[in-house]
Amino acid sequence: MARSALTGTRVRERRLRIGMKQADLARAVAISPAYLNLIEHNRRRVGPELLTALSAALGVEEAALAEGAESALFEGLREGAASVAAAGPDEGAPELDRIEEFVGRFPGWAALLADRQARIGALERTVEALSERMAHDPFLSASLHEVVSAVTSVRSTAAILAESEEIAPDWRARFHRNIYEDSIRLSEAAAALVAYLDASQESETGLSSPQEEVEAWLARAHYHLAGLERAHPTPAESLVSGVPDLASGAARKLARAHVARYRADALALPLEPFLKALAADGPDPAALARRMGTGLAPVFRRLATLPEGAGPPAGLVICDASGTLTFRRPAPGFTLPRHGAACPLWPLYEALARPTVPIRAPVEMAGRVPVRFLTYAYSEPRHPGGFDGPQVVEALMLILPATEARTGAERPIGSSCRICPRGGCVARREPSILAEGG
Amino acid sequence: MTRRVLLIEDEPHIAEAIRYILVRDGWSVASHGEGGSALEVIRREVPDVVVLDVMLPGRSGYEILEEMRADPDLATLPVLVLSARGQSADRALAEGAGASRFIAKPFANAEIVAALRQMAGA
Repeated sequence: MARSALTGTRVRERRLRIGMKQADLARAVAISPAYLNLIEHNRRRVGPELLTALSAALGVEEAALAEGAESALFEGLREGAASVAAAGPDEGAPELDRIEEFVGRFPGWAALLADRQARIGALERTVEALSERMAHDPFLSASLHEVVSAVTSVRSTAAILAESEEIAPDWRARFHRNIYEDSIRLSEAAAALVAYLDASQESETGLSSPQEEVEAWLARAHYHLAGLERAHPTPAESLVSGVPDLASGAARKLARAHVARYRADALALPLEPFLKALAADGPDPAALARRMGTGLAPVFRRLATLPEGAGPPAGLVICDASGTLTFRRPAPGFTLPRHGAACPLWPLYEALARPTVPIRAPVEMAGRVPVRFLTYAYSEPRHPGGFDGPQVVEALMLILPATEARTGAERPIGSSCRICPRGGCVARREPSILAEGG
Repeated sequence: MTRRVLLIEDEPHIAEAIRYILVRDGWSVASHGEGGSALEVIRREVPDVVVLDVMLPGRSGYEILEEMRADPDLATLPVLVLSARGQSADRALAEGAGASRFIAKPFANAEIVAALRQMAGA
């Protein structure tokens, strides 16, 4: 039976499966049966302490009850609410406090709404990209200028011919010739423009950024590129060419860079010895790096690109010195912002500010049901341009499921301010659409 | 007295059409098709009004206009800016550079004539 989407429903399913009465579970977690009934029907949210108590009473991991794989659905709905909030106070505000109830009662409509929101986001990015292209593409700009110039000349000259009763024969002949020449020029410019736009349409879907195309490609492969693990690896071009996900040239360029780095990591940390080390040391990047004799960064990347099931479910984010995420592998329950900047409290950014200092930080991701993770973050400066070139810094954050019990010392983080419910956050840069965010 | 207009436009067919409608309206028209030497021509011709295209080879119409406005002799000379980009941002750019009037291409001939008459106080 497929796992249900919501925490309350999962609590109920688990309770019924183990044959526990509602009153007994309520007593075990020190709440009233009526309140538990509301929770089980997704009419009340489950706080972190109660989730811990419920998971203990039901004999399951907290993550098994928490919002996990469905977080994308909730995020989509919250983004939809955010866009309404951004449209101004006159727009009707969705009842965010009842989002879980909405998803529980109308899962099909909720999925449709989240899907439409994703589609709107994609179309907005397309419009943005096309506007950008219109503004900065030199060929397009020159072609449009050519068209406008020819049209201006034709319109002005044709108006003279049409509106003037008496024109000297030599002027009349000259204007006829001008119109003829401009019509040729116009048709050539229009044909070039159409050919250019057609080619652009064929080569690029325009529906996503190059980075998103690469992410879709990697997600389809579960981030593991088996062809690069062999002694004689699959050529990069074979992996990248003709892949429907990698529709744009920019995406293929990013994908080639990813393949090159993946191959270098695979050579530095061959899969078989790495898996043996993982079995011996567990997923502690420092221990693995020590045993394998490499730096931390390749270990982070290797842990996030293992064959499915060969390691813990690891997420990985990488950012450049501007804080822009350049690689995103989500971990279940750890919501990554689809657009814009992430939560400034992520250890990733602390690592960026403290190059070469390894950071191990248990965190708690905000959400209807907060979920705990263990993160490792690290950054190192590079000087690819030598002594005279600029310093290039890249920070990485590995995201693993929490293995230890809640201590209360977990760092409270979110996905991004806009959809983070944490009130009174000292690092908040913009108001949240969620009431608690304030 | 005949009003004098200097037309700075690098598209020969557009320049020819504008010249024709202005001569027909009683203007004395001089024209120039390059941006780099346009200021010298303006100073030499001393027109009543300048019609200035934005996209010119050598130097842009906006650069020419800004230099005109910094020159006490040319600071108040009426300038009609013609541009293939007619967005409000382009209009604001022209006004910021010191344009007296802004007309986007393609234009109606009567619009050019009316604007120049008004600018020359005719």
